Amino acid sequence: MNRELKRVTIVILAMFAALFLSVTTIQFFSADALAGDSRNARTINNSYSNQRGAILVDGQPIAQSVPSADQYKYQRTYTNGPLYSAITGYYTLDQGSSGIEDALDQELSGTSGSQFLSQLNNIVTGQNPQGASVELTIDPKVQQAAYDALGDLQGAIVAVEPKTGRILAMVSKPDYDPNVLAAHDTDSVIAQYNALIADSGNPLINRTLNGNFDPPGSTFKIVTSSAALQNAGLTEDHQLPNPALYHLPESDRTVQNAGGGTCGPGDTVSIKTAFVLSCNIPMAELGVEMGQKGLTDMAKAYGYNSGFDTPIPVQASQFPPLEDDATLALSSFGQASVRASPMQIVEQSMAVANAGTIMQPNLVDDVRAPDLTVLKQFEPKTLSQPITSVTASTLSSWMVEAVNSGAATNARIEGVSVAGKTGTAENGTGDPYTLWFTGFAPADNPQVAVAVVVQNGGGLGESGSGNEVAAPIAKKVLEAVLNK
Amino acid sequence: MASDGGVVAASTTEAAPATKPVRRIHVPEKLRNLEIFLLLLACLVNAGAVVLVQLGAEGAVDYGQVALLGAGLSVLVIGAHIALRFVAPNADPFILPIATLLNGIGIAEIYRIDLQIPGSTGWDSTAVRQVVWSAIAIIAALVVIIALRNHRVLQRYTYVFMALSGVLLVLPLLPGIGKEIYGARVWIGIGPLSFQPGEVAKIALAIFFAGYLVSRRDSLSVVGRKFLGMRFPRGRDLGPILVIWAASMSVIIFQRDLGTALLYFGLFVVMIYVATARLSWVIIGVGLFLGGALIASRVLVYVNDRFSNWLDPFSTTNYDAQGGSYQLVQGLFGLANGGLIGTGLGQGQPDITPLAQSDYIVASLGEELGMAGLFAILALYLLFIARGLRISFAGTDDFGRLLGIGLTFVIALQCFIVIGGVTRVIPLTGLTTPFLAAGGSSLVANWIIVALLLRLSDTVRNQPRLVV
Repeated sequence: MNRELKRVTIVILAMFAALFLSVTTIQFFSADALAGDSRNARTINNSYSNQRGAILVDGQPIAQSVPSADQYKYQRTYTNGPLYSAITGYYTLDQGSSGIEDALDQELSGTSGSQFLSQLNNIVTGQNPQGASVELTIDPKVQQAAYDALGDLQGAIVAVEPKTGRILAMVSKPDYDPNVLAAHDTDSVIAQYNALIADSGNPLINRTLNGNFDPPGSTFKIVTSSAALQNAGLTEDHQLPNPALYHLPESDRTVQNAGGGTCGPGDTVSIKTAFVLSCNIPMAELGVEMGQKGLTDMAKAYGYNSGFDTPIPVQASQFPPLEDDATLALSSFGQASVRASPMQIVEQSMAVANAGTIMQPNLVDDVRAPDLTVLKQFEPKTLSQPITSVTASTLSSWMVEAVNSGAATNARIEGVSVAGKTGTAENGTGDPYTLWFTGFAPADNPQVAVAVVVQNGGGLGESGSGNEVAAPIAKKVLEAVLNK
Repeated sequence: MASDGGVVAASTTEAAPATKPVRRIHVPEKLRNLEIFLLLLACLVNAGAVVLVQLGAEGAVDYGQVALLGAGLSVLVIGAHIALRFVAPNADPFILPIATLLNGIGIAEIYRIDLQIPGSTGWDSTAVRQVVWSAIAIIAALVVIIALRNHRVLQRYTYVFMALSGVLLVLPLLPGIGKEIYGARVWIGIGPLSFQPGEVAKIALAIFFAGYLVSRRDSLSVVGRKFLGMRFPRGRDLGPILVIWAASMSVIIFQRDLGTALLYFGLFVVMIYVATARLSWVIIGVGLFLGGALIASRVLVYVNDRFSNWLDPFSTTNYDAQGGSYQLVQGLFGLANGGLIGTGLGQGQPDITPLAQSDYIVASLGEELGMAGLFAILALYLLFIARGLRISFAGTDDFGRLLGIGLTFVIALQCFIVIGGVTRVIPLTGLTTPFLAAGGSSLVANWIIVALLLRLSDTVRNQPRLVV
């Protein structure tokens, strides 16, 4: 009988081993994931008694929790709420959160794994837990300049250091005041939230990263030219036919250059001239000449069709599979079904500015515990390298020429060599244009890359252009960085 | 080990416990002194737990409540200890303190959840009722240990216990006294009192199985056909296991109680294996149960729901469904909220989870005491089970050894079914956690198991030839 008893003992031990294992799995390994579940009422209740960490810009809080007299103990307040609304996002008691408040919620609420020791300390000392503070990469002067420059227009601006990926400014308009959603009166919060959702300007959406993206228009010619120089092995003097009207392959539709004429004088035109003057017909011809694979591969190398975290998640820009050569031709100058976020467009400038390498755009410098020890430090990280330094330097010289004497002259700054590319994207017959500018400065030692998008035609319907509306805005942002 | 006939002969000639052994190897006082030391320690921890609950939840200590909830249990178990000094001086010194500690921690956590429920005072307080039930349970245990001076008496009533377990199982199905609570028909109600006869039935079943298997082991183990290196039983010897299987399946179908069915059937399979040493019984048993459960999961909606809740509790469909995974998921959230060291007694939010005082007491304790606390509780159970196994290993008669393993295994399996259900090792079924969970029937049954194990262990140590 003893042999059987030993075996039963082993079975009992195995059953308890399973229990020990499952308890460990739930309470240790997946505890963070379970706490992060949106249905977990305990996490929300716990957050009331924690002092949530601050979000800092240049050491000054733009979002912080101050003691309040009611049951929730702390009130979240936003300094200059509308100015930073795209970045901070909002934080409600029980209606969700967005932006940095959402992306770094575990750190701010003090529940991330790296804060375990301080949690332990709090339990031993009986103190209420305190969240970590988050120091942003944002430069308040540049942010303010960008915010003012966009004025009341609907659109977005993002400015990044090309060498590090640190985001200096991020603006999306219309904006909103996150303070109204941080109130402790749930009914009022829901009413305010519903009003913001109903607003046709979609203020809750950070347009630099999310939403219904616009066609990139001529800013996409950076990608098309990269494919030509790099993958197709063409030189900047490669000649293309120069008609005033282009029939799309296997289609009865036609394409014109902006302004209606040919792209400069002559029967043929070089890639460089087509880029500097931002002509559509030669770019369409170039795209068809390289073939569908050439352009698709380069678009993907630049980051189309993939997202990343800033740590706010960036929605992927779209370069859908090409159906035919007509779509290829239209895609070559950023029309058809190509859709890009301002973040995607600034990455194109970042690659050109930084010898072909895109550093991952990032909003956070570090996360600091209440005692100011650094819990997490963000280091510059390569996102991708779509082009070589040779291609980058060629494109850089074209973009400088576009600003000096081409299609982007409104971004010129006295005494500084600015590189830029405009875009004026069509959204369908009768719909207002989307106006773009992207570029960087100084061209020989880039300090900042910028992308500006103005939606709804900037109030000019189908008559505005990127150079007219977006370039002057970008110029102010560049100046704010360079005049520091 | 003695043959069937030998055991019966021995039981008739064996000296009654009143007769002193020829030569004492153990000094019983040492065992009892160890027991009273551990008991006082357990009582101290229990009272401390109530104080911590009050400090955590209310910020102040209510000494009246501490006395009511802590001292009540302490007086009774110390009374039990004194009784043991006279009627079972050689009984195992660990079993009583472990049961006391688990019972007391359970009361403290039940009281903690009471504090969240408005109007939980006097008889409406689950904790107060749990203390009263504990008193009834410990008195029942005392009656058993005083009245039953020799466990072998039980063997004579093998078929009485069979009939008793049958009656207890059928009771909840009778119209008039049977009650359906949370979808399971396992309760009887007389006036305001509810009782789960199935809890007591597990003891009657263990005694019946032990008696039956000891007398039938030869025909169940020796005869049969060899197949794949194992000896399988003859067709006509399959009768008993088929009857038990059918009974378990009817529990699933008519009482809608998966956990109890698994408990009874698991108990039988382990006991028949230990009695006959035939692995083929385990294979037949597990095969029959899995087959039955598989068919049940296809045919019976509530069984199917249990499985899909288990496999994918976080899906919105299961979470929002009536009888869906809401409770399971809330329990997991609670455990996660506890983390490694818990929120501290009185400082978590265990009341969010439905049935936090009974079926989900483990999740409640896991939230407030953390992984460290649950490990300690699991270790207490393991220690309790280890003492039971020790009795089985060292026993001198086959009936006692089989009864010992049966009672021990039923505790182990019940822990596994309920804690495993809460922590998603197996599908969730409604069973009570022994000693911890709110519920009178469960307390009475488990304290009677304590009494039987104490009686068995006293007999073991009373054998002069055995040095344990």
